[in-house]
Amino acid sequence: MGLLSDPNRRKALTNLLTRLNTPICIVCYLAAIVWFMGLAFEPFTLRTYMSENAMGSTMVEERFSSGERALSLAKEFDAHKRKAGGMPVEWLVKAMQARGLEVFTQSFSRKLPFPDENKERYMVGGRNVYGILRAARAPRTEALVITAPCSPGNSNNQAVGLLLALAQYFRNQIYWAKDIIFLVNEHDLIGMQAWLEGYHHTNITGMEYSPLQGRAGSIQAALALELSGDVITSLDLILEGLNGQLPNLDLTNLFYAFCQKLGALCTIQGKLQRNDWDTAEGYTHAAQTMMLMVLKQACGRSWGDHGLFLRYHIEAASIRGINSFRHYKTDATTIGRLVFVFCIKQWYKHHSVYFFSFCPTVKCYIMEVELICRCRCSCITLAFSVSLQPSSPGMLTVLTPVVISHLTGVALYLLPVHLQEMAVEHFPVSETEAVVLTAIAIYTAGLALPHNTQRLLSGEGTEQGWKVLKLTALLYLAVLLGCTALINFSLGFILAVTLVPITASITPHMPKALCALAMVLLSPAFTILYCVFIYQELIEAPVSVGEGWMLFLSVISQGILDHALYGSLVYPLLALFIYPCWLMFWNILFWN
Amino acid sequence: MAAPLTLLLIVAVTIRAVLFRSSLAELISERVEVVSPLNAWKRVVEGLALLDLGVSPYSGDVFHETPLMIYLFHFTVDYAEIVFMVSPYFVDCLSCLLASLDRAKIFRKQKYALESDRYPADCLELLRSPKEMFYIPLKVAMFYLLNPFTILSCVAKSTCGLNNAIIALFIFCTLKGSALLSGILLALATYQSIYPLTLFAPALLFFLQRLYIPVNLRRSSFWCFTLQYAFIYVGSLVVITGLSFFLLGSWDFIPSVYGFIFSVPDLTPNIGLFWYFFAEMFEHFRLFFICVFQINVFFYTIPLSIKLKEHPVFLIFMQIAIISIFKSYPTVGDVALYMAFLPAWSHLYRFLRNIFLVSCVLLACSALFPVLWHLWIYAGSANSNFYYAITLLFNFGQTFLIIRPLTRRRKHPGGFDNEVSCFKSSVWKSSLKS
Repeated sequence: MGLLSDPNRRKALTNLLTRLNTPICIVCYLAAIVWFMGLAFEPFTLRTYMSENAMGSTMVEERFSSGERALSLAKEFDAHKRKAGGMPVEWLVKAMQARGLEVFTQSFSRKLPFPDENKERYMVGGRNVYGILRAARAPRTEALVITAPCSPGNSNNQAVGLLLALAQYFRNQIYWAKDIIFLVNEHDLIGMQAWLEGYHHTNITGMEYSPLQGRAGSIQAALALELSGDVITSLDLILEGLNGQLPNLDLTNLFYAFCQKLGALCTIQGKLQRNDWDTAEGYTHAAQTMMLMVLKQACGRSWGDHGLFLRYHIEAASIRGINSFRHYKTDATTIGRLVFVFCIKQWYKHHSVYFFSFCPTVKCYIMEVELICRCRCSCITLAFSVSLQPSSPGMLTVLTPVVISHLTGVALYLLPVHLQEMAVEHFPVSETEAVVLTAIAIYTAGLALPHNTQRLLSGEGTEQGWKVLKLTALLYLAVLLGCTALINFSLGFILAVTLVPITASITPHMPKALCALAMVLLSPAFTILYCVFIYQELIEAPVSVGEGWMLFLSVISQGILDHALYGSLVYPLLALFIYPCWLMFWNILFWN
Repeated sequence: MAAPLTLLLIVAVTIRAVLFRSSLAELISERVEVVSPLNAWKRVVEGLALLDLGVSPYSGDVFHETPLMIYLFHFTVDYAEIVFMVSPYFVDCLSCLLASLDRAKIFRKQKYALESDRYPADCLELLRSPKEMFYIPLKVAMFYLLNPFTILSCVAKSTCGLNNAIIALFIFCTLKGSALLSGILLALATYQSIYPLTLFAPALLFFLQRLYIPVNLRRSSFWCFTLQYAFIYVGSLVVITGLSFFLLGSWDFIPSVYGFIFSVPDLTPNIGLFWYFFAEMFEHFRLFFICVFQINVFFYTIPLSIKLKEHPVFLIFMQIAIISIFKSYPTVGDVALYMAFLPAWSHLYRFLRNIFLVSCVLLACSALFPVLWHLWIYAGSANSNFYYAITLLFNFGQTFLIIRPLTRRRKHPGGFDNEVSCFKSSVWKSSLKS
């Protein structure tokens, strides 16, 4: 109380803050970035540990040896898939029944809001097949899921083959204490969504599906298999789920430890771990891995079939087999053993690890909270600086731009999907293009709005007016970024890095043209564009400007689709909150 | 004055109507910050269903409203279905709206009464320009009707809005000087949620001051009036409780409503301080700590009444705020009630520092509640400690908000005269500077 209620000291404190405002902000901002990049540096990060429950991976004896059979099953599956011209449901049901599972199917259908050009689908209908291996030694209260997608073309046959071989092997063991569900889903995430919604009796996204006939206990963990070749060189562990959710750290550690024990190469983000953290190359490598993870997490989509499980509080990960030109080969038997050991270990409850945000190396993880403080303090100090200037309650002058920017945001959120038919009628574009281009058009039109409305409604803006508006907007941005960072740290961080410098320093007295250019270049849409290029650069597939632009368009359409199909939050967040907030700052720039 | 108020009412009604129609209504009515086990509409519906089936609504552990409330809803629901042929859903929306409309009028009148009763004319001129004073009722109405907390609690159909209406009516009657109505309404408010019991002291002080009876324990006139008022209060409380007994035919509601409020068996997280503490507690110490926690609400009445006996209206404000902080199942609707009173003390704002900081804290907390709830319950990347930390911060903000005006009073025991002189001297200083 003393510090805040003593008027003299208080005054001194505020004076100090106002005087040192700019340096404090710059230091905070730089410190946040340096700290963040420091995360990739091993000594900076906390060492991960294996909690006691996940330990003892060596105590499991793995005897799975039917790798060859898995491959022959895969060939058989492939043949039937070709014959059926899609998922061979009858064959799968028979194959699973022959292995002693209780087999059920579920049909689903979904009409996409607009055609998905990446995966070429619009009206989707399909069937999921799943078999339940009942636990022999315990009441059926808990379950594990092993899933393999049935994808079109030639891919993923080996995953289904391995699934069936594993089912056969698991059936012969007598010690299972959890039900094990073997699921083959069609149309990747859409099928998975239908199955999960059916299993949990929810309907979040308006999908049509038939109810599930058989259920097992509550699902504890899930593993999605994606194998496309008879021979693979390394296994990539995919963690990023919907809305940037990540599974429990123990799951990751466990998997990594098993890989090492069984002598398989395990990569994360497609990059092998290096041990030379003290060299420049080592650091660059770790930083690249981290940036990839940040970008993937920030975009909020599910990068593997496991991503939707995380929403139901089920720990899940995807394993993708990668075939590159390494000498080292891993065969199906090893992967089968891996999955087997994994299932065995799922007997134990995972120890809760709450803060797991990045894997600069698989071995390291960090505490999120400190970071959030760092990127937010820069905003909040700024809010202070404005507040210290005496402000009269010009609430009504502030209300107009706030309401207008939010209405623009609502338009950006609603109109693209609803106006596609009209757009297709009047312009020679496809539906998908229509949606994306409408979104971009509304976005650009929003830039023209505040400039004109301000003049029309209240004439020349007052000095007091923009200060109040800036205070409101900064507070809004700080709260927004804080909340975003809590839910999806990477997204919050990327937005903070791009939005904070320009929004913090904006005033109507700066050179208009220059500032406007800077603001547009740091606006949310351009941030997405940069992310596309950086991502392409990081996965070592650089693109030209034209290709980058096409990718940018498809990213937007995918974002809207992800929101409509799976309830991803990035698109509504950007359209309804971040963009209006940015427009408020844009408004300040053109205040008088 | 009428025009802006009408406009305000239209805006407020539109916002609520739109929200009622949108898909958000269902989401909001599930939020633990907005509804508590005491006032959730879902539970009222359950109670109504049980009543219709001829089962006591208090059998089972779902319904915790008072009997009068359930009979009120019983009839409004019936009335709606027969006459309007609309769903009970809409009726409740309407009734909530009407309640808030009434409240706006009440506040307006109450403010006028407050203004004319409390301050001598010259002091008033010094403290506020007439224009400013003219807008105070409008501001109070705006603070209540457009407060997001009120809107949320109305859209969630929380019966908290009705309790607030009763308390507002009580204040209105008190300021109007009607001891009888004030006593009855206070009894009704107490009957609804026990805690308004602490408003007895400020109401009594107000009447004493109004009738120029000094607070002196040796004076017979003091005792005479106190007994009179207490008799009205206790009498109507007995009548209401008796009425509920005859309506229901059993005393089931006593343990189910008041026992539920006092012993806090439902530990669903909310914005209050109880749930986390009692979830962590050893069963052995439960009784002791329940006493400690519950005494908070009642205990402050004595020192505050002694300190603020010259300013009973301010004391009412303080008591309502304390109730909303320390009650066992608080919701944002309770917070909204005392926040609506803040504009009435706007003349203290120039002494009220840190208001920006406090409002930032409250704002950030309100945004963080749903986020941390999501992280805890759905994402699994946070736990109850996070949510409770925000609860603590929120309550800290609230405490800070009410403690500032109080310390102003404390530092200037002369009250208004002193503040006027303060104000005079500051005006004088600033004129010297210029």
